[in-house]
Amino acid sequence: MFAYDFMRTAFLAGLIVSIVVGPIGYFMVLRREIFAGHALSHIGFAGATGAILFGLNPIWGLLTLTVTGGVVMGRLGDRVRQRDVAIGIVLALSLGLGTLFLHFYTSYARQGTALLFGNVLGITPEALVILAVLGALSLIALGVIARPLLAVSLDPDMAESKGVSPALMAMLFLAIVAVAVAEAVQVVGILLLLSLLIAPPAAAARLTCRIWFAVLLSIPLALLVTWGGITAAYLTDWPVSFWISALAALLYLISRLLPSFLLDGARKAA
Amino acid sequence: MNSEAGSTVPAIMLEGVTLRRNGHVVLDRVDFSIRQGEFIGVLGPNGAGKSTLFRAILGLLPEVTGNIQVFGARPRKADRLIGYLPQMRADLLDADIRAWDFVASAQHPSRWGLPIYRGADKREIDEAICLVEGEHLAQRPLSALSGGERQRLLLAQALLGNPRLLLLDEPLVSLDPRHQANVVALIKGIQKRRSVTVLFTSHEINPLLGALDRVLYLGGGQAAIGAVNDIVTGPVLSRLYGMPIEVVHTAGHYFVVSAESGVAAESGAHHVCL
Repeated sequence: MFAYDFMRTAFLAGLIVSIVVGPIGYFMVLRREIFAGHALSHIGFAGATGAILFGLNPIWGLLTLTVTGGVVMGRLGDRVRQRDVAIGIVLALSLGLGTLFLHFYTSYARQGTALLFGNVLGITPEALVILAVLGALSLIALGVIARPLLAVSLDPDMAESKGVSPALMAMLFLAIVAVAVAEAVQVVGILLLLSLLIAPPAAAARLTCRIWFAVLLSIPLALLVTWGGITAAYLTDWPVSFWISALAALLYLISRLLPSFLLDGARKAA
Repeated sequence: MNSEAGSTVPAIMLEGVTLRRNGHVVLDRVDFSIRQGEFIGVLGPNGAGKSTLFRAILGLLPEVTGNIQVFGARPRKADRLIGYLPQMRADLLDADIRAWDFVASAQHPSRWGLPIYRGADKREIDEAICLVEGEHLAQRPLSALSGGERQRLLLAQALLGNPRLLLLDEPLVSLDPRHQANVVALIKGIQKRRSVTVLFTSHEINPLLGALDRVLYLGGGQAAIGAVNDIVTGPVLSRLYGMPIEVVHTAGHYFVVSAESGVAAESGAHHVCL
């Protein structure tokens, strides 16, 4: 299995993406911004297909639109009900635009499929370097805002009283999510992105209520899903993205069936 | 009255202050002053401006006219001196977050970087949890705690940074009478030990009677401050509610009723407490 270059690249890409999406996904779950993350990936679809149309590397179009989308969503503030409507409409519009862009560039229908469903086996060594650099930048950014972000996620009124701006945090965090989305799309694609982004951290939070332990635990769990998915795809010849979404669902199911906070020692279940 | 703070600067002073919420005036040219070390019960009907007043004291309200001073300074300058207990958000009720981590998240939230709790920072968090008698809760997830237990953790958050002023927004809401008494006694004990000033909003005055020094009653855009016996009276409350109110004082409790219909003036209180 490791005799092939593309397999080694795929495993490395899985490693990078897992390290990035684990911690960022934890905060998405904590902040209930799952829908926002889903929408960002669709917005990215329009960006990536647009870039293909203009002969650019799709990752830059993807990144430009997801980060812009993240900042705009953050600015919409926390009026969740209106925000969800606005996000939903932009999400659908983005898919529509992406379809239009692909229509104008019919010879690259395969690129469209890769964006929608992911193509981890097709990642080039150059793309791997981009993944690593973007991943490192987004994790550093998350580290810088970690303290105020956690405070504002758990108790926005209290955090605001101590000088933290909830709106600024929402914008910065969604910009970071946008980078993580652009990364994860390379592995699982736009439509299946959510499974990789939220299942590992959600499972981690079921296994331990210690925040920073759960953040770190999200990484090996995400790795289990990506590497497991690539291996299973190699063995079965079924699509990687199917296996990743299936393993992610299985991981979450197992975490729900186990006693809550299993890793926190023998304690009464919640 | 309370001179142990040893300072003549009032904890809070409002002069001709008008507060708006969404463009609508909730307090209109209000004046009052609160001495350091006082325990003030803040009462009034829903929408009277209790939470808005707190946001103004914290410097979070964009539209304020008049002069607000907190320990002699502009509100934003004093935010290190204030511990704020906001109303509990419903979506935290099922959070799979350890209680200790929840309290810790309120420590220096405006600092950048990873939160690392060591040495003095860790001791301060442990001490705040100890002050609210929450040691046995510290390792449990929020989702496994009762309403009263979560209120104690919010109080522990508010105590971080050793504030001189506590703004407590409805800490008794949805607690049964026994837990209400516990929370009030806990806060009274902390107020005495640390000689802090406390503003405590509540829908009912009765649970606070043993603890408060004075009452600040808001209503109809106005404010009245003074001893309970001077403020919780028919004439004063009739003016604040803008309708005839009678106050019945019996068995150590106050009952506020509308003089016209005989129903409780406070919405939702079938046992006519205020």
